[in-house]
Order: sequence, then structure tokens, then C-alpha cells
Amino acid sequence: MPAVQETIDQVKAIDVDQYKYGFVTDIESEKGAKGLSEETIRFLSAKKNEPEWMTQWRLDALRRFKQMDEPNWARVSYPKIDFDDLYYWAAPKSVEGPKSLDEVDPELLATYEKLGIPLAEQEILAGVEPKNRVAVDAVFDSVSVVTTFKEELKKAGVIFCSISEAVREYPDLVKKYLGSVVPVTDNYYATLNSAVFSDGSFVYIPEGVRCPMELSTYFRINEQNTGQFERTLIIAEKGSYVSYLEGCTAPQRDENQLHAAVVELVALDDAEIKYSTVQNWFPGDKDGKGGIYNFVTKRGDCRGKNSKISWTQVETGSAITWKYPSCILRGDNSRGEFYSIAVSNGYQQIDSGTKMIHLGKNTSSRVISKGISAGKSENTYRGLISAHRRASNARNFTQCDSLLIGQECGAHTVPYIESKNASAQFEHEATTSKISDDQMFYCLQRGLSEEEAVALIVNGFVKDVIQQLPMEFAVEAQKLISISLEGSVG
Amino acid sequence: MNASMPVRHTQAESDLFERFETSKSALSGSVAVTALREAAVDQIRDRGLPHRRVEEYKYSDLRAFLKSAAPLSESADVAAAKAVLDAQDSYGELERYRIVVANGVYLPELSDTDALAGEGVTITGLNEALAGEHGAQLLSSPKSALNDGLITLNTAFVQGGVIVDAAEGVSLSKPVELVQVATSRGAQVTRNKVTVGKGAKLRLLETFAGDSGQGEINSVFDYTVADNAFLATTRLIIGGGDAARLFTTIATLGAEAEFKSLGFIAGPRFTRNQQFINFTGENSEAKIYGVTMAGGDDLADQTLIVDHAVPHCNSREFFKTVLDGRSKGVYQGRINVAQHAQKTDGEMMTQALLLSEEAEMANKPELEIFADDVICAHGATSGQIDEDLLFYLRARGIPEAEAKTLLVLAFLSEAIEEYDEDDVTEGLESRVRDWLAGH
Amino acid sequence: MLEIKNLHARIAEDETEILRGVDLTVKPGEVHAIMGPNGSGKSTLSYVLAGKDDYEITEGEVLFNGENMLEMEPDERAAAGMFLAFQYPIEIPGVATMEFLKTAMNAQRKARGEDALSIPDFMKRVKAAANHLNVSMDMLKRPLNVGFSGGEKKRAEILQMSLLEPSLCVLDETDSGLDIDALRVVSEGVNKLRSPDRAMVVITHYQRLLDHIVPDVVHVLSKGKIVKSGDKDLALELEKNGYADFVDAA
Repeated sequence: MPAVQETIDQVKAIDVDQYKYGFVTDIESEKGAKGLSEETIRFLSAKKNEPEWMTQWRLDALRRFKQMDEPNWARVSYPKIDFDDLYYWAAPKSVEGPKSLDEVDPELLATYEKLGIPLAEQEILAGVEPKNRVAVDAVFDSVSVVTTFKEELKKAGVIFCSISEAVREYPDLVKKYLGSVVPVTDNYYATLNSAVFSDGSFVYIPEGVRCPMELSTYFRINEQNTGQFERTLIIAEKGSYVSYLEGCTAPQRDENQLHAAVVELVALDDAEIKYSTVQNWFPGDKDGKGGIYNFVTKRGDCRGKNSKISWTQVETGSAITWKYPSCILRGDNSRGEFYSIAVSNGYQQIDSGTKMIHLGKNTSSRVISKGISAGKSENTYRGLISAHRRASNARNFTQCDSLLIGQECGAHTVPYIESKNASAQFEHEATTSKISDDQMFYCLQRGLSEEEAVALIVNGFVKDVIQQLPMEFAVEAQKLISISLEGSVG
Repeated sequence: MNASMPVRHTQAESDLFERFETSKSALSGSVAVTALREAAVDQIRDRGLPHRRVEEYKYSDLRAFLKSAAPLSESADVAAAKAVLDAQDSYGELERYRIVVANGVYLPELSDTDALAGEGVTITGLNEALAGEHGAQLLSSPKSALNDGLITLNTAFVQGGVIVDAAEGVSLSKPVELVQVATSRGAQVTRNKVTVGKGAKLRLLETFAGDSGQGEINSVFDYTVADNAFLATTRLIIGGGDAARLFTTIATLGAEAEFKSLGFIAGPRFTRNQQFINFTGENSEAKIYGVTMAGGDDLADQTLIVDHAVPHCNSREFFKTVLDGRSKGVYQGRINVAQHAQKTDGEMMTQALLLSEEAEMANKPELEIFADDVICAHGATSGQIDEDLLFYLRARGIPEAEAKTLLVLAFLSEAIEEYDEDDVTEGLESRVRDWLAGH
Repeated sequence: MLEIKNLHARIAEDETEILRGVDLTVKPGEVHAIMGPNGSGKSTLSYVLAGKDDYEITEGEVLFNGENMLEMEPDERAAAGMFLAFQYPIEIPGVATMEFLKTAMNAQRKARGEDALSIPDFMKRVKAAANHLNVSMDMLKRPLNVGFSGGEKKRAEILQMSLLEPSLCVLDETDSGLDIDALRVVSEGVNKLRSPDRAMVVITHYQRLLDHIVPDVVHVLSKGKIVKSGDKDLALELEKNGYADFVDAA
């Protein structure tokens, strides 16, 4: 049919990347010296007024990092990263420790506004009902710019601040938990992060407290040649609950930018942590140039009995994603969940999945992964489900589905399922398919255009995961998915 | 992947180098074949035996298992081979032709060579062919497993085997049993090449008789199934003893071809049954089944790569594993679908039943897909016997042991029945019962 | 309204010719039944009218309100008022029926330059239509056609038909897989939609549907051609004597 050809031509004319967050904010910034060395670390540690124990912790990580090799088992390929050609410290000049929003560079506030983050509390208070309020910690390049709703959270006993502040203000908590879930030498990028982490968020929910609002962090990389290395640490004391949202963007640049974060979650007895991510780093342009290398270690430790950690992620950005949010199910009756949508288009490469390590008795886990590949992208689910000797009655259910759009992309599934306990019951299902011609024709017959039909069918495909997201994120996530798939039909 | 070089060689590796030095003059082959053997030994020297740091051997560390390597078995005499065969017959009453390879060497005296020739199937010994000008071609590796450790080990030490050619259009009245016999202790290393000509039909039974002591049994079966041809192979890997059983299938399928296989493992201490299936013509079908029983300290590994390189082919993989004692079961299966292999239909299922507290199962069912118009699925389950079912059977008066046996049989028979070669699988039920009673 | 002239079509993949010169004219308000044995090309005709690209038109033309329908995309045909009730409605996992209805109605309205429906307006329409067809709201919350019984699927098709308000309805074997009660409900739904400016083409193998949806004209399709046309009595004749006479004649 000629009209189909026309559609294909139109589609070809559209840039694959519909990245709308690709602006650069023009603010004067301060950078440390390039390169990865003891001096760099001492410099950034000093910049942050860190205590000596923190500096030593970093230096120890650096020494170990120097002895490690870059991992090559993931299904991603990229030129070797020159760690000595990166800046490890960049900060917007005018914002060393703002006391309130008034002190923040208006240019910066405008940036966050463009990103759709309601930073100014008044705005939110004026416009939205209280239950929809979200406390935000915004991280711009290497530093946390501002954290909102601090006072109100404090009343509930919740600590929500930048990790730099926590190192200074709550050293005992940080010393106790930092590196306790992701050890310094856990993996190459985690070790790098331990040496050079710049900023990130710290959350502490005291015993029995249900955090009164959603907590949220927005990460933005702005500076050129800058690695961003956030470190997030969330501790949920006995019987507490917190829901945490993370969003990310970066400007459009020709060069690849490195992002290597570490997130550690600790849930004690009867505590629950829900961690949601919408990852929309710049994926590179239509020729695969530029984009973020996203090498992230995220792990939750269900340390207490009856604890629960739930990861939900919508991954549409980054040139390369290497990320396996995991749960260590240590406490008896603890539960881990992983819900993921990973969309790749253009030349994106995604290697992502989860690890559910069942150590305690009666632990359960659930994994729902939906991968969508389009363009010339590669999308791999890699997961490990393991039950150790003691993990009697462990349960896992895994469903992992891939959808291919177009003939030049790849979808791969690499699950490792290891059971060392007879009473552990594991079920794993995976499918790979494309949108069927019959489904498309049916939708077209009812009057939907091709793009609308694809969006509808894809939304149906990812529904199980979207439902896990907090409402505000669900809408944003659906939009993001259709944006990143624009131009993929033909 | 990224096989790091072992710093020191293990005892078994040193034994292998010594074995090569002592037996290389006796091992047959052209100059090119000898060069391949030497390259293989060099590879073992560089990388060591396959170990857990090599992704494909993550769960089956042959290097750690092999404490030593026995010398190669010496050539067998006909009378000794006959005695072993008379004492140990895998298929009893079943009508079949027989091809006998003893201590790695083809024995025409004990084989139904003439009767097979009458049916259009010719048999030749591998040794003569290895010495010929195309000898080196007989030792090729599949594209999906270049430098594989087991094939390398086989290439270095292959003693012989048979070349079986079923001519175009022949359809055999009876299955053919290819039996490998050990008449003395020592490693048994064979390579067998089976070609099923266009439109021909062959059913192959692969068995083993005798005791190789500590000597590993390493057999490569290289099948070519031509256009419109049919091949079904039933491989029995049965019995105790400490010898490692290392089996490799390489299957190349033409257009409109059908290939079926059943790998039945019961009892050996260390087994790896690996299969590489390659589709090279359209509209073909491969059905791969596995039945594994392991107890004690056994390790049983079924590994599989199905390469869909061309469009319109179907593959079905269905594996069942029953584990007892402190045994470890491994299933690694991968379906590859190349970019042009549209309309591929691939379906893989692996299920494990753990009978004891200390048994372990590792499942790794993979999909690697580069074509969009495909239907591929895989599933994996592991768990223990359904207590409700067990209770139900006992409530009907069936004693616990028998009830368990029934449930294990029911579990395993799903794969055996789907394999759908009833006459040759008839005896497997009693083997399952024997294993349950005996290990 | 619909004019089919000397229509020839074949399966694109293997070039098997299915339609070999179909002629058919349908005027507004008319109900035409097309009957024929298995393999006569009934379903192909419905797919070709809806624009499925598994088929190639080798000859002939189809005019819809005077416009060349063969040059339109399937969604353009839908927006122009052509509706096909599928013999086997397609399942779309994860997409709630309600959500699908809204998307389809608004897509067509958009194509016609109309505003999207407000939520209350949409709900009102759906509830009214669902009531008539004995469709529960619970069913509308389930994913489209997923796990629906045969009868539910067909009712959902007629529900869509009544909400989308097409001017030309093609019903492909809508009676297949229905028991007698479901057949009555579905037929009543269809009959309610009969109007002077709406035409229907009812494709069926059996006469029994035509007891409920009484046609103005009955055609016999055999080997890709209409071999006989008549009034509703032709259907009764077919029921009595079978298709054999026509198959031989063709």
C-alpha cells in the first residue's frame, strides 16, 4: 500500500530522539581538576567539608578501584572510558549551601521548572491538595541544590537531606549504614562511586513512622565532561514506611557522559521501602552519538523480618544502561519486588534486570519485566533468582516479556535461576513477540492511526508495571514511553 | 568468556599433557589433524580445563571435578567386546541394527555392517578418514561453540568412532544402535559423524556398555540432516562410576528437515550433555528433550544452544530434572534467532523436582533475539513434590515410596511422551524405577 | 452507498486468487446477506472491504459514497463510516475495553474534525449501549476480548458498532459460536441499528441468523463470485437444498 510507504518516509524524517530535556543551563560553575587521583578526592572531600573518616573511606575505595578491571559480561559495548579525562566535581558556583529557596540561583530554579519539578513549596501548597505533596531533593551536577519540605518532615522525625549534609550532621547513621548493602568493592562502578561520590540523598525514617509524603530526588547533569556519581542511602527503621521517587535528565551533548550511582536501601523489621525511578537521561542522538552511560548499582537489604522492598523502574533514557536493582531477602518473611519497563530505541543499549537473593525463611519475590526494543537498539533482561540452603519456602514468580518493534533491534533474556532449597518454589516465564498484524489491523479498523495503535498496544503491554508507580509518575511514565517510541513504527 | 589463564595446571591437566606425549604417535590422523590435536592441547595448556569462570561452565566445573586423568584405553579385542555386550544390553528385545565401537575403535566384526549396507546405510571407521586428505574437516566445531572445552578435549585425544551415511531416500525398518563399549579401564574418546541423506529417515540409539574406570568418556556426535530428512536420536547416559561423561551433539539441519533427540541421564557422577543445533534451511523443526535424574553427589548438566539462522523454523525444548541427595542439576538453554530468521517459533521449558533438602538446581533459559516477527517463549520452574498430591495418593492406600515413584514417573513422562518414540522409550520407565530404588 | 465492481483479489503471500469478479451494490437503509459455502471468499470480501493488507486487489473497484475506498487506509475507511464486525475479534492484553472504546471513538471524531467526547458524555453513551446489549460494566473493565466467551466477544463487537455509529456495517459470521439466546441478543442489537441512512452487509454460512436479521437482498457467493441474488426466500431455499447446486453452477 502506497500510504504505508508514506508513513515510513515520514517516520524516517523524524529524528529518533525526541528528547525534550536536552537544553543546557547557562550558569557559571566551579569544577575541580580533571582526572582520578588522590588529589582529586582530597579536593572534593575538602570542598564538602567532610570529616577525615569520610576522606579515608574514599581513598581506600580509590586504592581498590585502581586494582580492578572493568566488567565485560554485560551485553553492551562502548569505547573504553578514560577516567583521567573526567571532572569529578562540578558545582553551580552560586549555590554553596543555600539556606532557603530565595538564595538559589533563579536560573537554576528555571531549569527545574523546565523539567517540571515543583521546587517551590508555595506553588505546591497553593495548587495541589496536601496528600499529593512531594518533598524534593534536587541534585544539579555534583551537588544537592535544595531540599524542600525539610521542616515539615523534621516534625515527623524524618530526615531527608543531601548525603553531604548527612555526613556532617548524622555521622553515626552514615557510618553505620554506608557501604553496608553495597560494599566498597562490590563491583567496578560501585567502587568508583565510593571513591568519588559527589552528592545524593539521605533518608532516615524513624521507628513506626509512615513518611507523610512522597520523597523525591531529581538528578540533572549539566556540565560537560563531568561524571555524576550520586550516592543515595535510605534507612527505614522498624515498622516504618517510605515511598521514594527518582527522576533524571541531562542535556544533549555530543560526548558521552558518565553516570555511576549507588543506591543503598535498608529495611528493618516490618518496614517497607518503595523506590520508583523514571530514568530519562539523554539517550544519544539519532546516529547514536552522545548520551549518558548509566552504570548504576542499586540494592536493597530486607534486613528485618517481615520487611519489604519494592523497586519500580521506567527506563527510557541513556545510551547505555547497566543496572540491576536487587533485593537481599535476609529477614524471615521478607518480600522483594521488581517491576521494570525498559524501552530502547535508536542505538540505545540496555542490560538491566534484578537479583533476588533469598536467604531467610518464607521469603518471597516477584519480578515483572517488560522490555520494548525499537530502532537499532539492544535490550537485555539479565536476572538472578537464588534460594540459599536456609531459605525454606522461598517463593519467586518471574514474568519477563519482550516486545520488538522493527527488524534491526535485539531483545535478549538471560535469567539465572538457582535453587539450593527443595522447598523453594520458583516459576519463571518469558516471552518475546512483536505487535501482531492482527492487533494492528483490528485497531486500524476501529479508526486508530498506526501511531495511536502502537501506543495503545504498548500501554497494554506495560500496564502491570505502570500500575505499580505512584500516580504522578504513572502519567509521566506513559508519556515518556510514547515519546521514546515515536518514529519507531513503519 | 574472558577465560583467565590458570596460574598453575591441575593434576588432571598435567596428566592430560602426559597422556598426549605418550599416545600422540599412536593417535591417527593426517598432518593437518595432528596439527589440530596439538593446537587443542595448547588451548588446554593456555586456558585449562573448562571451569566455573567460563560462563558456559559456570555451574559445571570440570576442572575442579577431575582430580586426575587416566590414560587412553587400549585397543579392544573382539572377544572381550562381545563379552561386555552380552552381559550388558541396553535394549533387550528391541529389534535393531547394531554398530559397535570398542575402546574408541569401530569393530565391523560385531556390527550389522552388511545388513545396514542392504538398507542403504554405509559405515566406515573414523580413523581411516582422519588419515585421509579431508581428515581435518571431520573435527570442525559448531559456530555457536568455537573453542568449547569439551570439543577441544575431544579433538586432542579422539581415538576413533564411526562415519554413518544413510543414502538419499532410505527409510530404515529398524532403529540403529550405536553402542560404545569399554573393555578395559581408560579414557574413551570418540567422534561419530552421521549423515542422513535427502528424504531419508533414521532412528539412532546411542548407548554405552562396560566400565572405563576413572577414564572420562568424551563423545562428539556430528549429525547432518539433509533436506526433507528425519533423524531421531535417543541417548542413554546411565550408570554409576566416577568417570566423567562428556557428550556433545552438533546437528546441522537442511530445509524441511526434522530432528528429534532425547538425552536421558541417570546416575553418573559427572555428566555434561551439550547440544548445538543449527538450522541452515527453511521450514525445519527440532525437538529436543531431556530427562535427568541425579542423586548422591552427582552433577548432571544439560546444555543447549539452538541457532535459528534462517526463517520459518520451529524448535521445542523440553527438559525435566529430578534431583535427590546432594546432587546438582544444571540446565542451560539458549535460543538464538538471527536477524533474518523471521517467523521463528521457539518454545523452551525446563522443570525441576527436588526430592531432598540438599539438592540444587540451576536453570538458565536464555533467549537471544534479533528478528521481530517471531514467537519465542521460555519457562522454568523448580520445586518439590506436591504434598497435596502425595497425600491424595496415600489416602487411596498407596504407600509413600510408591506414591513418590508414581509422581516422579508422571513428571518425567511428560517429556518422554512428547518425544513420541514409544518403542525405544518403552524401557525407560523401569530405568526410572531402578534409579529411584537404587541410588 | 457501496458499489463493488468486478472485484478480483488474491492472497498477497502466495498469490492464490480468492475473489474472481464480485459485483455488489448496496443502497442506504438496505440489509444485504451474503451466503456461501466454506472457502467461497466471504471472509476475504469482508477483509478486503476493511483494507487488510494480506490481500492484493488485482482488478476492479470499490466505491464508498462515491469515493475510491481501495485507496484509503483501514483507519481512514473506519473514520469514513465503515465498520467490520470480526468473525474472530482480536485480543489486546492490558488494554481495558473501556479505554479502547474511548480511544477508538475519539480517534474517529478527530479524523472527522470533531471534538473529543467529555468523560461524562462518553460514559453515558457506553452505559446506554451496554444496557441494550446485556454487557456488564465489569466486562468493560476487562482487557479487550481477553478471556471473553464467544458470546461476549460478539456482543462487544456489536457494542463497538453501536458506539462508533458507522454508515456501513459489515458483519462477518457474527452468528458463529453463539447459542440461541446470545444470537437473539446480538440480533436485537443489530436490528436496533437499522436505519434509513445505514446499510448492512451480513455475511453468514447459515440461514438461522437471517430469521433474526431479515435481509432485503440475499446473495450467494461461490468460488469468488456472486452467482445468484434474490429476496429473503433465497436463504430458505439454500437451507433446504444446500449449496451444491450453486457450487456446481459456478
